[in-house]
Amino acid sequence: MRLSRLSRTMLGAVAGLILVLVYVPLLVVLVNSFSTSTSLSWPPPGFTLEWWRRAFASAGAMEAVQTSVVVALISTAIALVLGTLISFALQRFDFFGRQTVNLLVILPIALPGIITGIALNNFFRTIMGIPLSIWTVVIAHATFCIVTVFNNVIARLRRTGTKLEEASADLGAGVWTTFRLVTFPQLRSALLAGGLLAFALSFDEIIVTTFTAGSGVTTLPIFILNNMFRPSQAPIVAVIAVVLVLVSIIPIYLAQRLSGDEQQRR
Amino acid sequence: MTTNATAPAPVRGPDRDDGSRSAIRRPRATPARRTSVFLSTHPRMRLALLLSAPLFWLGLVYVVALAALLVTAFWSVDSFTGQIRTEWTIDNIVTVLTGSLYQTVTLRTIGVALLVTIIDVALALPIAFYMAKVASPRARRLLVIAVLMPLWASYLVKAYAWRSVLSQDGILEWLVSPFGLSTPGYGLPATIITLSYLWLPYVILPIYAGLERVPDSLLEASADLGGKTWPTVRHVVLPLAAPAIIAGTIFSFSLSLGDYITVNIVGGANQMLGNLVYTNVGAANNLPLAAAIALIPIAIIFGYLALVRRTGALDNL
Repeated sequence: MRLSRLSRTMLGAVAGLILVLVYVPLLVVLVNSFSTSTSLSWPPPGFTLEWWRRAFASAGAMEAVQTSVVVALISTAIALVLGTLISFALQRFDFFGRQTVNLLVILPIALPGIITGIALNNFFRTIMGIPLSIWTVVIAHATFCIVTVFNNVIARLRRTGTKLEEASADLGAGVWTTFRLVTFPQLRSALLAGGLLAFALSFDEIIVTTFTAGSGVTTLPIFILNNMFRPSQAPIVAVIAVVLVLVSIIPIYLAQRLSGDEQQRR
Repeated sequence: MTTNATAPAPVRGPDRDDGSRSAIRRPRATPARRTSVFLSTHPRMRLALLLSAPLFWLGLVYVVALAALLVTAFWSVDSFTGQIRTEWTIDNIVTVLTGSLYQTVTLRTIGVALLVTIIDVALALPIAFYMAKVASPRARRLLVIAVLMPLWASYLVKAYAWRSVLSQDGILEWLVSPFGLSTPGYGLPATIITLSYLWLPYVILPIYAGLERVPDSLLEASADLGGKTWPTVRHVVLPLAAPAIIAGTIFSFSLSLGDYITVNIVGGANQMLGNLVYTNVGAANNLPLAAAIALIPIAIIFGYLALVRRTGALDNL
């Protein structure tokens, strides 16, 4: 198919327009975080750094950040261990029910968050009789973070194969030594990429969190949701939103670069 | 690893237990060594060890939770004490299936999800096609990043961004009011716009991957045989990319079905299925009814998955 110059230009223009549409709302939030208006009015009547100062001085916001970081770190750690184990099992072995296990890993992220959320809420409260707390959030987050680690690690395992590990075993290294000196170094960047994505996923998650968080547990997204409808707090929410985008974009950019490097080296 | 190794090279392995110079000495049988030998001769044991922890976690936390959700839908709540009664009843299911509120909200939710999906595919096709077949490799890399970045920006931030854009004196009002138009404000149209925005990257990526797999040679062949742009797109590109497009629709459709926060933020007083689930879990404290309502989107999604299964879309997720 040879596209005429006109249709190429048209297609490019449409693509560009869509990208503009994607980014304009985010820019509006950025501008609003400096606006003197508290009612999201446009154009901003004036500019101020007041909201940025207040956001960073807000004890509630800072506590929420802390909670989110703790939750994200622990669930990422759990997801790293479980995701790596399951990728080894699915990549290196053929067994009955392999497809089912594969589906099981993807399911928590494939089903809408509300279903995961209510299923876990019901499980904790009704079935197990566990009161909701920060730990129920961690368990929920770890469950849907497994898939990001799994995707990265299994892709790496597919590429590296088992030759080096066999060589290591032939040369007399035990299981642990082989893992430490041969397997792990090969997996390191995949684990880093998967871990970063898991962290970002957990840090931003709102739907499953609202269903599994105990009454005193306020993660950053919950804090945003609670404050979004309060007019006096709206610009502070804009500030947090901007920070959140920056905070989540940095690890994602790194993760992209890590996996991008891999693809070029392949 | 190599087949043409000559003399046995001195082994400098970390497990070397003494200064042997020529052949590899049989290592001492420490417990760790015995474990290693046992594991390497019993692959099933290795598999069991690898699988036990993750399967325990996913099985207990997820499969049991989903099954329990199904079971809970057949329980009820004692209206007096607020405690859950574990006696079997189909009252909740009947309520959900026959109540006019649930029927209206279900239809509304499906309608929103369908519209969002159509809008997303209409937007994703040109940009994915441009990325896959027109842009230079360099531009393509930049575009992929540009599409991916907002994918990972927080869901709440994006919904909040549209709340700002669509507000009564927001930027949209400011842009279109000179033309005598006005912002749709908060309501179902705003919900559809925001949801389309939220899921757009999830739709672009599989379609882009699918279009990239369409060989250029086929497009050239079509052109050589006299196919113009549109016939080529319709008879060559679209059939080949169909599974990828359907894979994209799975995301936008299923994610829209379960959403309730976007509706809260930009939907005004409108409710979707997710809102009904949420109020019944929280304020109304009726988990069994919430579970019964949650079965609606589950049933719709599994129905949709079964419908598109044969197109091979599931391999494109």
